[in-house]
Amino acid sequence: MHAPASAEDSNWTLLFVCWLLACVSTLGSLFFSEVMGFAPCILCWYQRICMYPLVLILPAALFPLDRNVVRYALPLSLLGTVIAVFHLLLVAGYIPESIKPCVQGVPCTEVQIEWFGFVTIPLLSGLSFLVITALLIMVYRRSST
Amino acid sequence: MKQKHLVVISAVFLLIAFVAGALYYRSEQTKAATQAYQSNKSTFVRDYSPTRGNPGAKVEIVEFFDPACGTCKEFSPLVKKMMDAHPDKIRLIARYAPFHEGSEGVVKMLAAAHKQGKFWETLEALFAAQSNWTQQHRARPELAWNYIGGIGLDIVKLRQDMNAPDIDKMIQQDMEDVKKLNVKATPEFFVNGKPLPSFGYDQLKNLVDDALAAAY
Repeated sequence: MHAPASAEDSNWTLLFVCWLLACVSTLGSLFFSEVMGFAPCILCWYQRICMYPLVLILPAALFPLDRNVVRYALPLSLLGTVIAVFHLLLVAGYIPESIKPCVQGVPCTEVQIEWFGFVTIPLLSGLSFLVITALLIMVYRRSST
Repeated sequence: MKQKHLVVISAVFLLIAFVAGALYYRSEQTKAATQAYQSNKSTFVRDYSPTRGNPGAKVEIVEFFDPACGTCKEFSPLVKKMMDAHPDKIRLIARYAPFHEGSEGVVKMLAAAHKQGKFWETLEALFAAQSNWTQQHRARPELAWNYIGGIGLDIVKLRQDMNAPDIDKMIQQDMEDVKKLNVKATPEFFVNGKPLPSFGYDQLKNLVDDALAAAY
């Protein structure tokens, strides 16, 4: 029934890292909006909707370790990845203006930070979602064998 | 258990990092604004900016405001009361930050009223009727006209002036200063160059009291 202790441990570590990433992303986004005063655009809000629940869902699966959490967390991280990629394409101009979903408030194409000339908020979000998704899939693969 | 400690310690560490980062960011902002106030004061006060109070006052409150902003309206009498409590010691400088949709048209009206020396009267009248011409955070200048009739403005001249290019330039300049001073929301106050540590009336009052104590 039980996987060897070492496999359990590494699954635990993977989920723990996912949770850390979700926490850093959540606090980072709150820092941008609440401390630095950037108003989040609508696509940012959709990405937040996918990210913030992970902060609460993932630690619940750490004690005791519950690999089934992948079934609840993966849809969120996958959807978040898709929205982040859409957002990046929009900022980069690959998606034409006409299907831009936001016209009022903060335009989603506005680049609010640009570190080292290429690191933007949607890029950070996309990377975070991508890594979380990859790690969750690793946990899923391990548990199915 | 070791794993539990790891999770708790991580959570505490992240929260502390967040708070420390926020405090550090704020203090850097304050430092930058105070330096800018000493080295490049025109970013705070332009020669065309409407002012109120004694020109020689040693305490200057610079307020970036939007006529369509509800909180700006709430603060207006409070700031006035503060000034009345310390006559001739405080000067208020108004800067435009038309963040709301449509409020640039109302700002133009105000800038043109300023040319007739009636900026503050017009602003007061507009604030009093704000809910009538601002709907769902959208300013509607065409409705605002209905509420500035009783001030004695020359409306024909006002209409001419408000579309003059110099008024456009003023608003552009103010928006540039908004960016330079990192103003993200209205009202934003600077008291002798110092921004509010966090938003609120008490914070503003403390800043003003400190500046008064230092200057007089």
